[in-house]
Amino acid sequence: MTAVSTPASLQRSVHAMDNAEVLRIRNDFPVLDQLVNGRPLIYLDSGATSQNPLSVIEAEQEYYEQRNAAVHRGAHHLAVEATEVFEDARQTVADFVGARYEETVWTSNATEGLNLVSYALSNAALWAAQGRGGSALKGLAIGPGDEIVVTEMEHHANLIPWQELAFRTGATLKFIPVTDEGTLRLDAAADIVGERTKLLAFTHASNVLGTINPVAELVALARRVGSLVVLDACQSVPHMAVDVKELDVDFAVFSGHKMLAPTGVGVLYGKQELLDVLPPFLTGGSMITTVTMERAEYLPAPQRFEAGTQRISQAVALATAVNYLTETGIDRIHAWESTLGQRLVKGLESIDGIRVVGPASGSERIGLAAFDVAGVHAHDVGQFLDDRGIAVRVGHHCAQPLHRRLGLTATTRASTYLYNTTDDVDAFLDAVSGVRAYFQA
Amino acid sequence: MSLDQLYQQIILDHSKQRHGSGLAETAAPVGASTGQSHQLNPVCGDEVTLRLAVADGTVQQISWDGAGCSISMASASVLSELGEGMSVEELHAVIENFREVLRSRGKVQADPEILGDAAAFEGVARYAARVKCAMISWVAAEDALNQATA
Repeated sequence: MTAVSTPASLQRSVHAMDNAEVLRIRNDFPVLDQLVNGRPLIYLDSGATSQNPLSVIEAEQEYYEQRNAAVHRGAHHLAVEATEVFEDARQTVADFVGARYEETVWTSNATEGLNLVSYALSNAALWAAQGRGGSALKGLAIGPGDEIVVTEMEHHANLIPWQELAFRTGATLKFIPVTDEGTLRLDAAADIVGERTKLLAFTHASNVLGTINPVAELVALARRVGSLVVLDACQSVPHMAVDVKELDVDFAVFSGHKMLAPTGVGVLYGKQELLDVLPPFLTGGSMITTVTMERAEYLPAPQRFEAGTQRISQAVALATAVNYLTETGIDRIHAWESTLGQRLVKGLESIDGIRVVGPASGSERIGLAAFDVAGVHAHDVGQFLDDRGIAVRVGHHCAQPLHRRLGLTATTRASTYLYNTTDDVDAFLDAVSGVRAYFQA
Repeated sequence: MSLDQLYQQIILDHSKQRHGSGLAETAAPVGASTGQSHQLNPVCGDEVTLRLAVADGTVQQISWDGAGCSISMASASVLSELGEGMSVEELHAVIENFREVLRSRGKVQADPEILGDAAAFEGVARYAARVKCAMISWVAAEDALNQATA
């Protein structure tokens, strides 16, 4: 192996993160070192996609320079090496979220992971109807009269696959509403999750509100009625310690590009007893045992759900990103981002004409804040901030129903990560305080 | 390219004092042929519903409802003011010219003789992500014009 650059954060420490450490971390991220419109880039859009440290970029490059080959086939040296790093990467990522190796399936991203579960479940109904897949599958088959429950704060990726699953199976889709404060109506949830509920899907942390949902309470509601639980962990796994076994969810998904890795790789966690009986979503090479001209038998998970040549370099890069997070300390990162998040919300709350959506300052939330500026459209806010080198997300953030619930069509969102300083937040707040005057609102 | 060139005062003014805004408040002229078009930009949620009335080959009225950024709202307002009184052919030509300027990435200069106040949107052409904002009501007008004259 060639030497890869050592992250600044390797200086492992138990003390809390501070701006000095963050500035050292920032040196690991080449893309952050640039001017935008003549100002130093302040990147506050990690909720959409995060940036890659040099070690991650080099890991992907090194893979292509030294061991590129198709995995799980071929007996030659490169194929063996490629398979080894690919499967080592799986173990690294599995360990990061407390999953077992066999329960960790590579996907393109979280969206694909959710669609995989959605299609595996409707395939289960088709299989069960024809007596295929044995008795284990019967209990997983969803059909007319059954209910699928989501929440009103979901990203479209954790809503539409379930709308379509309901359509394909004849089941009914219901949702847990959101309070004015941007939390789930748990009182209502207890009624909505009932005897007919076969699946409950919800986000761990909202990409708009910043709310962290009470997973244990929601899982308890599902267990009471024997429902499956799907967790969208896109905004939690990159930012806080997540243990899927401790949370006791049946499935969880997250995306690599939101956690310092490249695009094109994500993870589906599923309990082994479920993954091994569920029908596959995509079929083809690498996921079979025996194939005849009439039919095929499938491998157990994870290969069962990994048809075709896999995203090998991205998986290797994701494992490198996980190492970066682990070496920095995911709990330390979480604590730092909580500080940044509170500073963001508190600062925004003190600016005239700003309405922050989600929990008020002082309440638990992840390190992001979405807000409305009275009299100024989010798109104009984003343009104004970009002129000052500040990158934020504007729009509905793939959560149209939530925005409709909040009485808004679009918001501006600033989202932080381990490479953001309190100075970034202050510069952002200073810029936001000038928005209404500029637009004469 | 500075922010002030994008957000010229005339654009900020039109985004607040919106000419032609309010479909319900304006009845189409009696005897005119009308067309109506709804356009949505799914990326940002900008939305415009525009109604256009034509009589004797002349655009009598352009009314619209919309929600969106200052560029999209000002653009609809300017279009409404500019287009009323034009012949059908003139409006088609102006829409075509506006599209050419907006899609030119700054290479084609706006001619105030042709575009009037709409020439102020020239700066938008430099911001690829905002071209759709400026175009949305013009696309609706083209569609409505085709309907009204079909």
